[in-house]
Amino acid sequence: MRAFDYVRADSAEGAVRDAAGGAAFIAGGTNLIDLMKLEVMSPETLVDINRLAMNGIEDTADGGLRIGALVTNSDLANDSRVRRNWPVLSRALLAGASGQLRNKATTGGNLLQRTRCLYFYDRASACNKREPGTGCAAQEGFNRILAVLGTSEHCIATHPSDMAVAMRALGAEGRR
Amino acid sequence: METNLEINGTRHRLDIDPRTTLLDALRHHLGLTGSKKGCDHGQCGACTVIVNGRRINSCLTLACMHDGDEVTTIEGIGQPDNLSALQAAFVQEDGFQCGYCTPGQICSATAMLEEVRNGWPSHVTDDIASGAELTDAEISERMSGNLCRCAAYPNIVEAIRKAAEKSA
Repeated sequence: MRAFDYVRADSAEGAVRDAAGGAAFIAGGTNLIDLMKLEVMSPETLVDINRLAMNGIEDTADGGLRIGALVTNSDLANDSRVRRNWPVLSRALLAGASGQLRNKATTGGNLLQRTRCLYFYDRASACNKREPGTGCAAQEGFNRILAVLGTSEHCIATHPSDMAVAMRALGAEGRR
Repeated sequence: METNLEINGTRHRLDIDPRTTLLDALRHHLGLTGSKKGCDHGQCGACTVIVNGRRINSCLTLACMHDGDEVTTIEGIGQPDNLSALQAAFVQEDGFQCGYCTPGQICSATAMLEEVRNGWPSHVTDDIASGAELTDAEISERMSGNLCRCAAYPNIVEAIRKAAEKSA
C-alpha cells in the first residue's frame, strides 16, 4: 500500500474541504482498502468520514425513508421498516457479501464501490477505468461477469451492487 | 499516528503508520496472534474480531479508524483454562482440523449468535419481517464469511448449534 495522509473529518463541510485534490473519502473501507492494498487506487489523502452524523434512517413526510450515507448494510437490511415495507432492499443486501462485511460496508460506499471487472483489478492489463486511454482488455478477455447492454467500445464494466438494483427498482433517489 | 484501542478490556496506546490494518496492529504491534491472516482481502474471515459488539474483518480496516473503539479478539473470548461455551463446543464436536480458521470462526459465531438473539434475518430466512429459527441452513448462511480450508463445516455447524442450544 502506498503511503497517504490520514485526516479525520468532524463536519461534512470540513470533509469536502479536506478532500480537495487527490483525496478519497473512507467510510467502511471494505472496497477501498482492498483496492489500496492492490495499488489499484492510491489516494494521497484519506478523509475518514465515519464520525459524521450520517447514520440515521428517518421517515419522510411522503411515507418514504431517508437513509443516511453512513448507515451500514447490516443496519439497513435489519431495519424493521425496510423488512416490512421494502423487503426487496433487505433481501438484496442480505444476498451480498458476508455478515462481517455488511457490518462495515455503508450505504454510500455501496453505491460508490468500484467495479469487480478483473482487468480493473489487474494492473498489468489495459483498463480505461483505472487508467484512461490505455484501452479495455475485457472486450476480448474473460468477460462473463461484465455487461452486454449499455456498453461502449471503451468499457464494459458493471456496477457490482445488489443494493443499488433494489433501490433502482424502488425508485430511490440520491439527495444531498 | 497515535491510536487508542480498548482490547479485551485493556487500554492500549499505539503509535502506528496509518497504513496499519487493525489485524496487523493486533498481531505485530500487540502480540495478539490469535487473530489470523488468511487472504488479507476480507474473503476468508480468519481475521474476524468483534468491534463495538459487531463482527468485522480486521484485515479490511485501518487501526487508526478505530481510535477509542472496543475490540474483542479470540484471546478475550476465552483462555485454555476458561473456555467460552462456543470454544468448548468446538473442542467437543471436533469443529476443526488444522485450526487456522478457528479463532475467526469462534469470534464470528459469538457475534452471529448475538445477531440472531437480536432478531436479524438472513438470506435464507423465509419471513424476513419476523425473526428466524437457528436451523443448520441458517447457521451455514450466517457463517458464510468464514472459510475452512479443511472443510470441517459439518462439525462447525454442529458445534455452533450445540452452543446455541446450551445458552438458549
